[in-house]
Amino acid sequence: MTLEERRSWTSLAVAVVAYGVYVATVVSRAASAPLVDVDYVPAMLWTIGIAIVGSILINIGQAIFTPRRDQTVDVRDRDIAQLGDRVGQAFLVIGGVTALLLAIIEAPYFYIANVVYLCFVLSAVLSSVTRVVVYRRGF
Amino acid sequence: MVKATSVTNNIRALRAARGDITQAGLAERIGVTRQTIIAIEQGRYSPSLEVAFQIAGVFGVPLDDVFQYGGSHS
Repeated sequence: MTLEERRSWTSLAVAVVAYGVYVATVVSRAASAPLVDVDYVPAMLWTIGIAIVGSILINIGQAIFTPRRDQTVDVRDRDIAQLGDRVGQAFLVIGGVTALLLAIIEAPYFYIANVVYLCFVLSAVLSSVTRVVVYRRGF
Repeated sequence: MVKATSVTNNIRALRAARGDITQAGLAERIGVTRQTIIAIEQGRYSPSLEVAFQIAGVFGVPLDDVFQYGGSHS
């Protein structure tokens, strides 16, 4: 397995785990208050921050423990990365447009922030899944 | 295994005929990973034209001795 394929698995795992922790935190707090009144901002910022720092640290660890011959990023890795980015980008657009519409109708900030966060996560997940599948099955 | 491309190739046979070229060795000579050579050999990845020419160059044969489109050996 090349370093780039490992990184695809890592970004998938980090996105799913970080968002899972965020959702669990918000849902547990929603038991005692309406959903839109939940103090979601600290949980969101912490999980985003930990996901970013965690990804960086895991990537560094993987680079250290991956044999040098598997660290090369070649034309196939770049092709797969481009395909993954293209697929994931769709959710960034959907998230942006949805957030725009929610802002226009003056929806609570809770929904706007969470739609954007969810679409970021879906974009990362879809992009990573695409890369992993293409690495395994070809294209 | 899924056959993801219509481009077939004789890389494995050419390596066997030469006897001295491993997947890792071929990968190193053309600047790609061994996994990419494996993917090309198994038909899971269609290489760029540049990589295809480089592979043919390593074996010292014309491009269509290495790669065929749609299974034709014209």
